[in-house]
Amino acid sequence: MSDFFSILTSLNTEQIRRQIEECRVCDVERVLLKGFVDDDELPILFSPAAGLMLEEMARRSAALTLRRFGRVIQLYAPLYLSNECTNRCRYCGFAGDLDIPRMTLTPKRAISEGDILHRQGFRHILLVSGESPRHVSMDYLLEVVRGLSGKFASISIELYPMEKEEYQRLAEAGVDGIALYQETYNQVRYLEVHPPGPKRDFRRRLAAIEKGGEAGFRSLGVGALLGLTNWRLDAFILALHSRYLMRRFWQSRIAASFPRIREAAGHYTPDYPISDADFVQMICAMRLILPDAELVMSTRESAALRDNLIGLGITRMSAGSRTNPGGYGASPESGGQFEVEDSRTPAEVARAIASKGFEPVFKDFDRAFIR
Amino acid sequence: MKKLEKLIIAGAEFHSRLFVGTGKFPSPQVMAEAIEASGSEMVTVALRRVDVNNPEDSTLSALDFSKYRLLPNTSGARNADEAVRLAKLSRAACNTNWIKLEVTPDPNYLLPDGVETLKAAETLLGLGFIVLPYINADPILAKRLEEAGCATVMPLASPIGSNRGLMTRDQIAIIIEQSRVPVVVDAGLGMPSHAAEAIEMGADAVLVNTAIAIAGNPVAMAEAFKLAIEAAEKARLADPAGATVFARPSSPLTGFLR
Repeated sequence: MSDFFSILTSLNTEQIRRQIEECRVCDVERVLLKGFVDDDELPILFSPAAGLMLEEMARRSAALTLRRFGRVIQLYAPLYLSNECTNRCRYCGFAGDLDIPRMTLTPKRAISEGDILHRQGFRHILLVSGESPRHVSMDYLLEVVRGLSGKFASISIELYPMEKEEYQRLAEAGVDGIALYQETYNQVRYLEVHPPGPKRDFRRRLAAIEKGGEAGFRSLGVGALLGLTNWRLDAFILALHSRYLMRRFWQSRIAASFPRIREAAGHYTPDYPISDADFVQMICAMRLILPDAELVMSTRESAALRDNLIGLGITRMSAGSRTNPGGYGASPESGGQFEVEDSRTPAEVARAIASKGFEPVFKDFDRAFIR
Repeated sequence: MKKLEKLIIAGAEFHSRLFVGTGKFPSPQVMAEAIEASGSEMVTVALRRVDVNNPEDSTLSALDFSKYRLLPNTSGARNADEAVRLAKLSRAACNTNWIKLEVTPDPNYLLPDGVETLKAAETLLGLGFIVLPYINADPILAKRLEEAGCATVMPLASPIGSNRGLMTRDQIAIIIEQSRVPVVVDAGLGMPSHAAEAIEMGADAVLVNTAIAIAGNPVAMAEAFKLAIEAAEKARLADPAGATVFARPSSPLTGFLR
């Protein structure tokens, strides 16, 4: 079972919540001046007091990001394979109890979707599906990955929890990265938004990313879905989780993502909406805590916000995304996972990045690393 | 102080002691202008960043390789096998057998793995590559790589991208003292004065990327590095007075004995 689970259960969350709320501006100043954030200081940067120091945090986050990553933004595209799902997550457009057109791409069609993304310039793709091993089986995935690996420098997966041996088979076929978001680290809230189904097993999901690390994936993606609960505590645990993975799987790069819940087919309204200012505070805090982590932003956010966040801490962005299977090739005949807010084409996003004085990077990995 | 000699690496003579990298720049155009301003004659390119099969690749097409020697690097390789695979790919695609060997298993500080670097160097030398290995400032490893047949050794000044200058100064001094191949100080040089310091203490060349690429004006910073290195070269040729713990009065008390 997950080692991070034992760390999580040993946390006194009530005490941490108080530490976050009662933190003073002078505590924040002390951490910012020191330049390095010790584990026991992590809550400080997610506090309301740190929100009062947002400009100072942003300056430091921008400088640190520039030093570690340079003036570049790496671009990737999601490729949705299937919206079949045995879960009924209350916030998700793929929830099994929703009446949406369902579809699983044939391997041939998945590869032709890949061809479209390749022509758009993408060399890093993320394969996404709902949780339905019946539709998205290991044999199916291996066929898709092998079909795509000749064209793409990097293939990552955002699927459903698997065993280490399954991840190893995918890695051997050409997958180099995994993303598996815990959604929320609050176990009570987790049960509330995940009705009976395989995803309801909190520990199984938490353990899977570590199995991915053991299988040798080079990129380990973690994330919290913002809007399910108090963001400050969840973001603190996401940072702690990231540091745990970074130390244990020291040869893998950690990628952290923090999607804000958008309206999907289920018309779920977030119970704990997070403002733009709080969102920016969280991104800056994550950068200061994890100087070398990739911080990822999807097209869930608006074009204006995404453009403003270039250089502030985000290092990897999706562009031109379609969140329904087959969405790149044909007219919509399947339901999407969430509404895309930034609907610009990849070329338009690349131009926006360049206009900010950053280089849009489509390739930052090579198949030679894994074959 | 070590005498300043012509810089010759694997039979090729370089007039500039500044080598530059191509990562982290705001655009390929700015990169090309900065490299031009640096006066450098050797440019390193991360193979993972370029599409070697695409003649229109933004990095490769921005540079005029009739002016610069292309030095592909294995940045991102975590072990010897990966580095060797990348190097072979590079030789096939880039038409050069020069390779800057980087084996950095930790993606955060990007510190080189000496064991895997030596292993990869031995394999690549056996395959006929000209190998320029990036290493920690470890004098013993430097000698081992020299004995294996590497064309240079490239010890780091401080962690890559940190811009902290010669934090490994004492170890680099030992490498310079003992080395029979050119010593190129690589990684961590954040200001032109750091580069000048490296040349003044006897390094044969330096490699700079981040400090130029992320400066507000990369072109001006590239020129600043060029000038600082030229100043340091002139200083070495000028037979520097050297430092001592004793005071040296301009009218010595025992002057009458001369």
